[in-house]
Amino acid sequence: MPESAMIELHELEVRYGAVPAVRGLSLEVRRGVVVGLIGPNGAGKSTTLLAIMGAVSPRQGDIRLAGRSIRGRDTDAISRSGVALVPEGRHVFASLSVEENLRLGLVGRRSRDGVDEDLEWIHGLFPVVQEARSRVAGELSGGQQQQLAIARALLARPDVLLLDEPSLGLAPTIVETVFEALARIRERGVTVLLVEQRAQVTVAFADRTYVLSNGELRATLTPRDAGDTQRLVAAYFA
Amino acid sequence: MDLQTILDAIALGALYALVGVGVALVFGVMRLVNFAHGELITAGAYALMLANGWPDWASIIVCFATVVALALLLERIAFRRLRGAAPATMLVATFAVSFLLQSIALLKFGPQGNNVSVLPGLNRAFELGGVHVRWVTLVSIAVTAALLAGTALFLGRTSVGLQMRAAAIDFRAARLLGVRTNRVISLAFVLGALMAGCVSVLVVVQTPFVSPSFGASILIPALIGVVVGGIDRLATATLGAFSVGFATSALGDVLSSSHRVYLDSYVFLLVILVLLVRPSGLYAPFRRTTVERV
Repeated sequence: MPESAMIELHELEVRYGAVPAVRGLSLEVRRGVVVGLIGPNGAGKSTTLLAIMGAVSPRQGDIRLAGRSIRGRDTDAISRSGVALVPEGRHVFASLSVEENLRLGLVGRRSRDGVDEDLEWIHGLFPVVQEARSRVAGELSGGQQQQLAIARALLARPDVLLLDEPSLGLAPTIVETVFEALARIRERGVTVLLVEQRAQVTVAFADRTYVLSNGELRATLTPRDAGDTQRLVAAYFA
Repeated sequence: MDLQTILDAIALGALYALVGVGVALVFGVMRLVNFAHGELITAGAYALMLANGWPDWASIIVCFATVVALALLLERIAFRRLRGAAPATMLVATFAVSFLLQSIALLKFGPQGNNVSVLPGLNRAFELGGVHVRWVTLVSIAVTAALLAGTALFLGRTSVGLQMRAAAIDFRAARLLGVRTNRVISLAFVLGALMAGCVSVLVVVQTPFVSPSFGASILIPALIGVVVGGIDRLATATLGAFSVGFATSALGDVLSSSHRVYLDSYVFLLVILVLLVRPSGLYAPFRRTTVERV
């Protein structure tokens, strides 16, 4: 059963110049659970993920990974501490092969033990990654690139997986594949923080979902709220 | 064009290609057109001069150590702070570093230049099928071929090479995957410095005279070649630098003595024509549709 907090944000504040993107955000993601982060465009969801990764600098507040502050640490160091981000837009290396993209996931991995077993599991999750291994990643479809990006992150064997809008721009069948994979990732005990626009699907899927608006936390929802459209809409536009 | 001209042109093209690779490696991971790369070549030549009288192998080690140390120092104290700065800022900064290093050389060693000698035996020539071949010509071509092949193998077959290629394509995404920024950038500077050290030795063998503008006089045409070839890919940048070197040497042989004083003008005219016809780079048709910088 999930116990301690893997990720804790305390009064986090991030600004882009004079514009506040995240304002006094406090939340926690417990070990082994899936937490959703939803909200309208500009709510600060992606910025929150980037702040956790050290890719943007918080103005105030603290970010803790398994109880230890990671605020101010370099992005690459945070990645090698067991946090993997699948960024919005996938960011696969288009001119590298699928296999080379996948191998780059090993850079953030803390131990080389069990690589073959993990690869086998990942190929089971996303068969296309194995089938297209010698192809150039830029030639893959959007859905295939998304699967590659998640596979690459998983090869780092992260304790925490951050996903930024993994279903964005994908066909419904691919979205289904991605969420099926997420369910299996959850079964493996990986902690997941999932940023999504698909509010209802996310609330139903995640153990807990935070609703952000204008950089502030507006509501906390559970899977039971997924069917309550009125509550969802109210939380979303609060 | 006779065989002699072609051989000499390949040798000069090879030297420029080494400069081009060094510049393009750093550009790939930092988006920095390093005008101070010429001063690395100059520093190597002065190191050879200061080690005059030592065994050749010792002089060459001193040369490489100096160039690599200077490259790492520049990266650490000058360029690291500029990461993420506007391209114009970085460009001006490299100009400033270049002028600073040239001025230091001017103050320390004077404007007249100094004699320097290393591996003088490589200047001996032999006849091969009626062609007058200097050993240094063959060594230049062989060293360049070996270094380019080694670089290609390193980038293509090693994990660190893969990380460098990834960083060159999308630096931010590479960092998010755990690629160590400092290590990758330092490595690019070290590789570039090793190429610069080779150029120092090979040019000093051919022209045993070093002045503060020693490296800049090689860098500028090579850099033009890099731009003509396409700086956003290592292969096209190298080919571009090689082409300008080849064209310079070949034109120098073909032109009459009265026109040879205008050699640089002819080369630049050729470059302008190439850029007018192919503004995206001489080797643009060979590129993939997606941009790859290393």
